[in-house]
Amino acid sequence: MPQPAMGAHTLALRGLTKRYGTFTAVDNVSLEVRQGEFLTLLGPSGSGKTTILMAVAGFVEPSEGQVLLDGRDITPLPPERRDFGMVFQGYALFPHLTVAENVAFPLRVRGQSRADRDGKVRAALDLVQLSSFADRLPRQLSGGQQQRVALARALVFDPALLLLDEPLSALDKKLRAELQEELKALHRRIGRTFLNVTHDQEEALSLSDHIAILNHGKLVQLGEPAALYERPRTRFVADFLGKSNFLEGIARGPDAAGMLLEAGAARLHVRFAGPVVIPAPDASTLLSLRPEKLRVLAEGEGEENEVMGHIIAWAYLGAGFSLVVATLLGELRVAQPAWKSAVVPAEGLPVRLGWPADAAVPVLEDLP
Amino acid sequence: MKLAGWWLLILPALLLVLVFYVAPIVQVLAISVSEPEPGFANYERLLTSEGVQRVIITTLRICLITTALALLLGYAMAYAITLASPRARSWWMLAVLVPLWISVLVRAFAWVTLLRRQGLVNNTLMQAGAITEPLALVWNEFGILVGMVHYMVPFAVLPMLAAMREIDPRLLAAARGLGATRGQVFRQVFLPLSMPGVIAAGVLVFIFSLGFYITPAILGGGKTLMVAEWISLQILDLIRWGLGTMMATMLVLTILVTLLVFSRIVDLRRMFGTGGT
Repeated sequence: MPQPAMGAHTLALRGLTKRYGTFTAVDNVSLEVRQGEFLTLLGPSGSGKTTILMAVAGFVEPSEGQVLLDGRDITPLPPERRDFGMVFQGYALFPHLTVAENVAFPLRVRGQSRADRDGKVRAALDLVQLSSFADRLPRQLSGGQQQRVALARALVFDPALLLLDEPLSALDKKLRAELQEELKALHRRIGRTFLNVTHDQEEALSLSDHIAILNHGKLVQLGEPAALYERPRTRFVADFLGKSNFLEGIARGPDAAGMLLEAGAARLHVRFAGPVVIPAPDASTLLSLRPEKLRVLAEGEGEENEVMGHIIAWAYLGAGFSLVVATLLGELRVAQPAWKSAVVPAEGLPVRLGWPADAAVPVLEDLP
Repeated sequence: MKLAGWWLLILPALLLVLVFYVAPIVQVLAISVSEPEPGFANYERLLTSEGVQRVIITTLRICLITTALALLLGYAMAYAITLASPRARSWWMLAVLVPLWISVLVRAFAWVTLLRRQGLVNNTLMQAGAITEPLALVWNEFGILVGMVHYMVPFAVLPMLAAMREIDPRLLAAARGLGATRGQVFRQVFLPLSMPGVIAAGVLVFIFSLGFYITPAILGGGKTLMVAEWISLQILDLIRWGLGTMMATMLVLTILVTLLVFSRIVDLRRMFGTGGT
């Protein structure tokens, strides 16, 4: 994590709730964005992530709960008094102003003199490498350039916090990857506190220090990207962040180190590789097993867990094969590296799948 | 051959325009330089006759004031309609459009009824004790302005409304998120982005006002003359065809010049953008 810069701030939500009539868009969400941290709110559409961002920005008045900046309650402040930089979905650049005028806008409405403005605008445009485009109109720029202008405009007045609303969603895939790297580098360089909203799990994983996963207005899990990916707490998290197979069975002899999962006739060894929710003894339990942690075993190879099956569907994806294998445990998805693969896939081909005991993690069923 | 065949298809339209629009205008132009004797004597009156100059100045003054007032009222209405809820919006639209469906003659006489010495306005004010003598509200320039502004407001609202509805509401939210107060959002974002609509509405109202006849004729009571009424007076009552057609030609020229200026602003509009992203 980057060192927090001077002027980076801590944001906290306390029991934030937003109701529209009988519909609860955000349900009692509490979380903290620490100084200099890049936190992403991740969830499907309708999960309440944008409503939370809008409540932080001041556009949505919470039904209950507070927004705190460095411990100070800012819930009643209108958006213009919060001093947050914001990158809007679709950028919302002013079409009648040039790039430089767009970037100068936050300074102008704060009544700064032209002399003060010019230097800051130049510095902000330098930061996003757009100095030579200062006199263009937004419509004369590409999508990626517009996005960078929006960033410069959001950062030029040294905001307490930078809010990003689906900042990359309007870009094509390749450009998105490029700008992800730029955004991450920018965050490192300026060390400000960033709060990002996205539905793109790859973007969330690659950019964030922490990810907060939301579903139906509730905070489901908050943690570092790797921790969330490796040890999802619920079925929803495992499914939304990457892909997952789910194995159902009875937990036998669970302790801090691991357990056995009795799934029909099969006995699966599970070793806990980190803090997980340990199931109650003999309780019905769900395991999440990522497709890339399974592999097709070659002749003579062994693994802690093995299951026989046959391929019912497959696809070649360049870097690997995506296989669907029918087994006693149900249909399992396997991401098999294509290079030096143990098998050449074909429909109906019998295969033996294996995975180490620490590959699968117990997850909770989602609450209705 | 094929091409020539296609051209024949628009020939009826071309003939229609030539016979019913271009020919009469050319004739008007011809009369203005041939009656009562060939030459530019009629046009000389523009420079020499105080009466002619007074009519032109009165017309321009009334048209400019009408345009300014119609734009001001229309802008406020269009702004309210843009911000209104969908339900309220349809009521507003009805309120804007209904006057358009009522005959201009009826509306002019309605204003006379309201504004004359024993009209509703004067009676109410006198009963309330606000005035002791009836105010001269009609059969003067004030009456003309009331009637014309009333007639023109819907024409001002519609183009401005179209321009305002093109403005991306996210831009307004973005401006506030970047620290602008409501007033600053209006002045620095909404107003500039709605300017193309304001210009279009201004030109439309101004051109309409220039040739206005019925409203000024009824509400002006023959005392304040605008160009159209003056032309009618010259031709029908004084049988001075040359002078009447000269003024008609000037009217057409003024409208063309205004449109020429307008078309340049349309280009500017493309350059500066109107709204959206």
